[in-house]
Formats: sequence, C-alpha cells, structure tokens
Amino acid sequence: MSVIVKGKDISYSYDFGNSAYALRNVDLSIAKGEFVYILGCNGSGKSTLVRHLNALLKLQHGALSVAGFDVANENDMWQLRRICGMVFQNPDNQFVSSVVEEDIAFGLENYEVPRTEIPAKVNAALQVVDMAGYEKRATNSLSGGQKQRIALAGVFALDPEIIIFDEATAMLDPEGRREVLAMMRKLHDVGKTIIAITHYIEEAVHADRVILMHEGAAIASGKPQDILTDVQLLKQAEIMPPMPVRVYYDLLSLGIRLSSCPLTDEELAEKVCALRSKI
Amino acid sequence: MRITIENLSYTYDRRGRGRFDETIEVNALQGVSCTIESGDFVGIMGQTGCGKTTLIQLIAGLLTPTAGRICLDGQDINDRSYDRNVLRQAIGVVFQYPEQQLFAATVENDVAFGLKYSGLSANAIDERVKWALETMGFDFSKVRKQSPLALSGGEKRRVAIAGVLAVQPKIIIFDEPIAGLDPYGRQDFLELVAKLNDNGTTIIMISHNMNALAKYTKHLLVLEDGRLIMAGETRAVFLSLNNDLQVRGIRRAITEPQHVAALIAKHRKCQCQDSFRDDVVTYDDLISALKGYLLGVGGGGSA
Repeated sequence: MSVIVKGKDISYSYDFGNSAYALRNVDLSIAKGEFVYILGCNGSGKSTLVRHLNALLKLQHGALSVAGFDVANENDMWQLRRICGMVFQNPDNQFVSSVVEEDIAFGLENYEVPRTEIPAKVNAALQVVDMAGYEKRATNSLSGGQKQRIALAGVFALDPEIIIFDEATAMLDPEGRREVLAMMRKLHDVGKTIIAITHYIEEAVHADRVILMHEGAAIASGKPQDILTDVQLLKQAEIMPPMPVRVYYDLLSLGIRLSSCPLTDEELAEKVCALRSKI
Repeated sequence: MRITIENLSYTYDRRGRGRFDETIEVNALQGVSCTIESGDFVGIMGQTGCGKTTLIQLIAGLLTPTAGRICLDGQDINDRSYDRNVLRQAIGVVFQYPEQQLFAATVENDVAFGLKYSGLSANAIDERVKWALETMGFDFSKVRKQSPLALSGGEKRRVAIAGVLAVQPKIIIFDEPIAGLDPYGRQDFLELVAKLNDNGTTIIMISHNMNALAKYTKHLLVLEDGRLIMAGETRAVFLSLNNDLQVRGIRRAITEPQHVAALIAKHRKCQCQDSFRDDVVTYDDLISALKGYLLGVGGGGSA
C-alpha cells in the first residue's frame, strides 16, 4: 500500500519553545486506506498532531507530507484542506447554516464547484451518511449523532482522501456513538484513510493500527491486539486498558487464568465459557 | 435539602421560526414528577434532546416552568414571595464545558467571585478559596496567582468547579462533566464528586457514560422525549433497562459489564452449565460473578 501521510521529526510548541513542547520529534507514517487510532491521555499531543495534517497548525519543526503535498507550503493549503477533512468533538460548533443541505453545500461553494453540480453532490453525501430525506431539516432539530453525520457529510462532499475524527464521539449518547462508529467503518470500507482520536479505548479494537502518544511523543505503534493488551505499555502512556484486558488481569490475580488476554467483550465471553466448560 | 418536583412541564417558544413565521412550541418536558432527597447522588440519563438540560435548568431556577412546581424544602422556588438568594446559595451548577466560564486574571480571583457578596470577611473568603482549590487537588500557593486561562483543559475545569464549591452549596448539579476527559481523569473526577457526596452534598449529574452512572450514582432518572420514563435505585433501573432491551430482542446492553454477562449467559458452551448471574451491572459485579462462575463455587448471590 502506498504511504499517504509521511512525517519526520515533528515538534511543536504553542508558544515557540518558551514552555513545554506539545509534540516532540514525532515520526509518522500512514498508508492509504488505513484505519488508524491515535490514543493518549489528556494533553499527550493527539489533537496537536492531527491538526498538522491539514495545516490547521503550522509546521514549526520537521517535515510532513500529506497525499504528496508539503504541509509547510502555504500555496498547497487550499488543496490540503480538501484532501484531509476533519470532524470535531462538539457537534453544535460545526454548522455554518441552519438548514442541512445549505450546510453541506457550504464547502462545495467555497471550492467553486459549479452550482448545477452541487445538489447531486449534496444528495450523494447524505446517502453515504444515511441521512437522505433530511435536506430541508433545521440543523438544530437533529440528535447529536445526526449532527455529527451531517458534519461528516459536509466533509465527504469534498471527496477527501483522509478523514480525521478528533473525539467525534465524546459528546454523544450511546446511540449517537454507534451511528458515528458505523459511518467510520463504512468510509473505511470505501477506501478512505481514517484517522481517529478517542478516549473510549474500546472503539479502537477494530482499527488496523493504533498509535500511542505520551507527553508529545509517539511511544508505540502496532496492531490493537498487541498494543492494547500490553498493560505495561499502557501504564507508561497513562491509558486505562480496555475492560476485557482489565478483567483478564484481575482474574489472574484471583488465580484464574484464561487461555490468553481478550481484547473484545466477545473474546472475553468466549474464553470464560471455554474455561468454564472444562471445570 | 429536599427537592420536590410536581408535574413539571416546559415548552420552548420558537417565535417566528415556523414556515409562515408562526411560533413553534417545542415541548421539552412533560409532566415530570419526582423527589430528590438530601444527600442523594442522582444520575440523569437519556438521549440527546430528551430534556435533561432543561430539567436541571428548571431545578436551578434558570428557567420558569410552563406548568407544575419545583419545591426546595417545601417552598415553591417560583413563588412570587420566594427569596431567590436561598436558592442561589443552596444550588451550584457546573455547566457543560465549565472551563469556558473562567474570566478573572488570577485563579484565586476567579474562585472567589461567587463569594463577593456573601458577607464573609476577606480572611474568611481567602480560607474558603484555599479550601475549594485544595479540595479540587491544587497546591494553593502554587496556583493562586496563575492566570486560569494558561492552565491545561483538565485544570481549567477543576478551577471552574472550585468556584462553585467555594460557595459551599448543599446541592451541586453537573451537566455532562466528564465528556472529553480521559479515563483516569474521569475516574479521579468522579471519586472527588463521590467524596463531596459522602460529606453530605446532594449531587445531580447528567451523563452519557453508562459505566460511570452505574458505578457512582444512587438513584437514576431516565428521560425520553421530555417524559420521565423510569426512576429508581440505580441498580434496579439498569437491570430493568437491560431486561427491556433483551425482551425487545436488541442484542446490546446498557453497561459494558452487562454486555459481557449477557454474552456469557447466551454462549452455546455454557448452555448446559449453571446459568451465569443475571444481576451484573458494574465492573465489580462482573469480577465477583466471574469469580463465582470460574472457581466453581456457584453463581448465586448479589453484590
């Protein structure tokens, strides 16, 4: 697979080195079509890192190319923002219009897509997020999950190659979270590169890869099965392990050994029943 | 202080928002009745838009009911003769993203603001501010002169809560206080809230985090489309909600431990064995159920 994001030695300080660095010498490589989660505690540098990808933050140190564009080149910024879309945490802060279809069309209008082509693109985007029929609805009448899906449709309409979800599920109720997670998987399935940040670690178990960040550094990268069951590593990153992993170790301390450390609820149930059937 | 809510309704008027500029009425709450006892820890849950925030704004006296009454120790807070100062001192509200409410030049001034007209002496105010910041886990001498705006997100949130604590309200309402915090941050924060509750403060907390509600609250109010569809002891509400999902054939569960328990109970390898405990709600329940199940000492008993 070809590499779509390639970063080397990225460092960043919010006040130009006068205080702690938010990013320290981060190397980053993401393949086209990959589904990557970036995990870390509050203040570990996750958002700072992803905001470099579409040049929301200006590169201070190191090198970063995204889909062939150098993020330090301001002439490419316009293209870059289109290629690399972003969905943020608070659904209410992302709307520019009070009508769904106008909100989705906003980005297209800015990119001077011909007026006659806009309705078709808006409809296609609504189809993708399962919100067809909501064209004329008021944005403030939607549920949290629906709002995030509309924000996502606005991003999708621009046909980005990379979509970043910066804690896009944090403010949603459980139903809304499920909706947004399903959308992320769907977009991954149609070939988009997905980069997501979350504090709900169980959301990351099905990703292709997870990257752990701590105090501005990328301290580990690998398959969820390897990274998220490594309790020593997670402790170093100040991240709470997924619940099935905690159960595994708590049972171990009670003298109960499951066949191996589970990562998902389903695996945990499977291993518990396998052990029980031997008793 | 006891809060009594009787047949409470609230309708938002959206003036001129209709297609022909007519006024649209949105029923945010309809006929809600419940009682919150002194010292309780009450969770409020429900989907986005179900009326949770409207309910707490009514309790805090920030909105006036369209119908029904809210009483604090038997006194209707919307009665014309009611002294609102009593309400303001009794109830503290921590809104969503409290860090956005910070404004003063120093942390101590920000925390002291609510005490400005309290009638306390300057010394007493200093003591109170120190206590509030230390309760929120700060080193007072280190943080007092810092600008609150230069702190990290989590620290800002704690300063904002210290400002509410400083007034020493008997009741504190939190609107979705843990969104955006990492799991250890969530846990530290909730432990702190539980400590306040242990010391007698009534806590009312809105959250979408089911595991947190299950672990920390004593009672739960469940809202749906502006109506109170369930109210009761937390464990009973979670068991009942879960039951309801199973009855409707929905394979999900409310909390993650409940999900695991349901998966085990339905697993084909376990069909012939004793059934798995069906009263798991919290993480601790799950561990104790698994211990019983796997050490072969039977699955009975409740946590």
